[in-house]
Amino acid sequence: MPDDLINSYKTGPDENGRFGDFGGRFVSETLMPLILRLEAEYEKAKTDQSFWDEMDDLWTHYVGRPSPLYHAERLSEHLGGAKIYMKRDELNHTGAHKINNVLGQIILARRMGKTRIIAETGAGQHGVATATVCAKFGLKCVVYMGAHDVERQKPNVFRMRLLGAEVVPVTSGRGTLKDAMNDALRDWVTNVRDTFYCIGTVAGPHPYPAMVRDFQAIIGKEVRWQLAEQEGEGRLPDTVVAAIGGGSNAMGLFFPFLDDPEVKIIGVEAGGKGVNEKMEHCASLTGGRPGVLHGNRTYLLQDDDGQILEGFSISAGLDYPGIGPEHAWLHDIGRAEYVSITDKEALGAFQLSCALEGIIPALEPSHALAHVMKIAPDLPKDHIIVMNMCGRGDKDIFAVAQHLGFDMA
Amino acid sequence: MTRIDAKFADLKAKGKKAFVAYVMAGDPDYDTSLEIVKGLPAAGVDIIELGMPFTDPMADGPTIQLAGQRALEAGQTLDKTLAMARIFRETDDTTPIVMMGYYNPIYSRGVDTFLSQAKEAGIDGLIVVDLPPEEDSELCLPAQAAGLNFIRLATPTTDDERLPRVLQNTSGFVYYVSITGITGSAEAQATDVGPEVARIKAGTDLPVVVGFGIKTPEQARSIGSVADGAVVGSAIVSQIAAGKPVAEVLDFVAALAQGAHSA
Ligand SMILES: Cc1ncc(COP(=O)(O)O)c(C=O)c1O
Repeated sequence: MPDDLINSYKTGPDENGRFGDFGGRFVSETLMPLILRLEAEYEKAKTDQSFWDEMDDLWTHYVGRPSPLYHAERLSEHLGGAKIYMKRDELNHTGAHKINNVLGQIILARRMGKTRIIAETGAGQHGVATATVCAKFGLKCVVYMGAHDVERQKPNVFRMRLLGAEVVPVTSGRGTLKDAMNDALRDWVTNVRDTFYCIGTVAGPHPYPAMVRDFQAIIGKEVRWQLAEQEGEGRLPDTVVAAIGGGSNAMGLFFPFLDDPEVKIIGVEAGGKGVNEKMEHCASLTGGRPGVLHGNRTYLLQDDDGQILEGFSISAGLDYPGIGPEHAWLHDIGRAEYVSITDKEALGAFQLSCALEGIIPALEPSHALAHVMKIAPDLPKDHIIVMNMCGRGDKDIFAVAQHLGFDMA
Repeated sequence: MTRIDAKFADLKAKGKKAFVAYVMAGDPDYDTSLEIVKGLPAAGVDIIELGMPFTDPMADGPTIQLAGQRALEAGQTLDKTLAMARIFRETDDTTPIVMMGYYNPIYSRGVDTFLSQAKEAGIDGLIVVDLPPEEDSELCLPAQAAGLNFIRLATPTTDDERLPRVLQNTSGFVYYVSITGITGSAEAQATDVGPEVARIKAGTDLPVVVGFGIKTPEQARSIGSVADGAVVGSAIVSQIAAGKPVAEVLDFVAALAQGAHSA
């Protein structure tokens, strides 16, 4: 190992897919050969320049990368402290960071000769991104979505159908995102030959957490050179902040900065109605404990008997009882800090972003912004915060209107 | 020699195939479930698979998913499942009990604590769906060390290259999953299963039983004829789901057992 990697935080996962004690491959035997094949194909693609050339071309001409790094001047002024930048991944095609990862997985699926793509979705953003890329490449697409979310997120359901995807409302369990993931896994076990499972976040069995992170890392890589361009050669952010559902947009922003100890890293979980014993939140790190679900060991919301609990959040995209295993590891070793933000605080940030910056954010990054609002005032003016504006709020205006008592009917 | 080893030795001596029955512990409620489990040996069941309910059973079809939900809603816990085994053992010291489920409730309890509690309760083996050989150090090896059999699933996707690894730390018997899919789905075909069982037997001296997709006495007989035994789960659970009285559930089980035993 080269000297500069010995103390690196970027070497994970190990050959067993572990980040420390987290991660792994906790899947049924039927799926095991499939994820081993996927890992082998991904290892090949990773070092294949033609793979990344294809990604770059689509990122540029289809997604619209690089996304801008934007100095939020009025917001910074209003908070009266740190200098705040927003990484504008909400400007991507389909309106969120999700497509960064979907492109990578679909290109891989095509290389593997798979003709049918399945995905799980909560708010519908990952489902829409997957349906979009499948339409572009003429692939069959089936999206599993909790029946409850199908009701809550009708516009995204219609989008997916327009894009040619079959949306399967999931009624198993409690009909939420985790159940959608269960049903996607059940589909994969049944259709092992032609089907590729496109997971939407840095969770699942190895190699998904690492692979999805690598595809999303384009976010942090761009921030590095964009900030140097705007603030001077070698200038790094002092703090990076991102919201966490499963943790993919956050890993994408964090990963390129893990080995820069001067960069403070903060992940923001959904605190729902508040992180307390009533469990009306989705803060797996703050309010959960280690367990095994969906192929990996990580922090989970669970009861004393190891039964998985439902998360609760105003944001359907953060509504997952687990978190990617790499975050669990970064949390335990102390390289990143994890905090939680309540629904109410997120709604406040949502409105502030609209009013001061003319940017309607998704409810997910509103959580990240709400934490920025908490810390920025006490920081010096030359302290640079980069927050990940990972999605736009079009999908959320109905939920927000309801909370603000505005009649949309 | 565990109760499982003894059972297969006995069956072999009698020239009989094993009939393995799966029920979800605590479905539809603790008392009824215990009554059913207690009645299984007399109905001809050679080995009992006792399902441990879990909120996220990703390898199970709707029938067993719902059974788990019913059990959890009725208040089933890991302690109660262990208690069922303990009470069963008071009157039956030979019928093997295999606990089947998912890893998290075990991990949550603590592997060492769980193993000593399971052993004490009279459990003989474990089938944990989400622990492939790659994760053997988690539970498989500690379980063997504690004197419990760890029964592995082999599947149609387990190719020749992988099979030795799957067989390596397996004990008690090998459970061949006859279909690619979830429990309770497609029908298993003896013509497909026969060669697969032979392939596995070429790599191990352990008995090979076949499960997933066996629903009728006739299927139990035809699968039994090409393997060392047949497992039926969803079909029995469906009887419980339909609210059949315990006696009727056990009659249904007895017919399946007769099918397997006539192989
Ligand atoms: C805009 C947006 N941000 C964040 C998330 C949460 O996912 P992750 O934590 O993987 O970025 C979602 C998920 O739907 C989303 O749509």
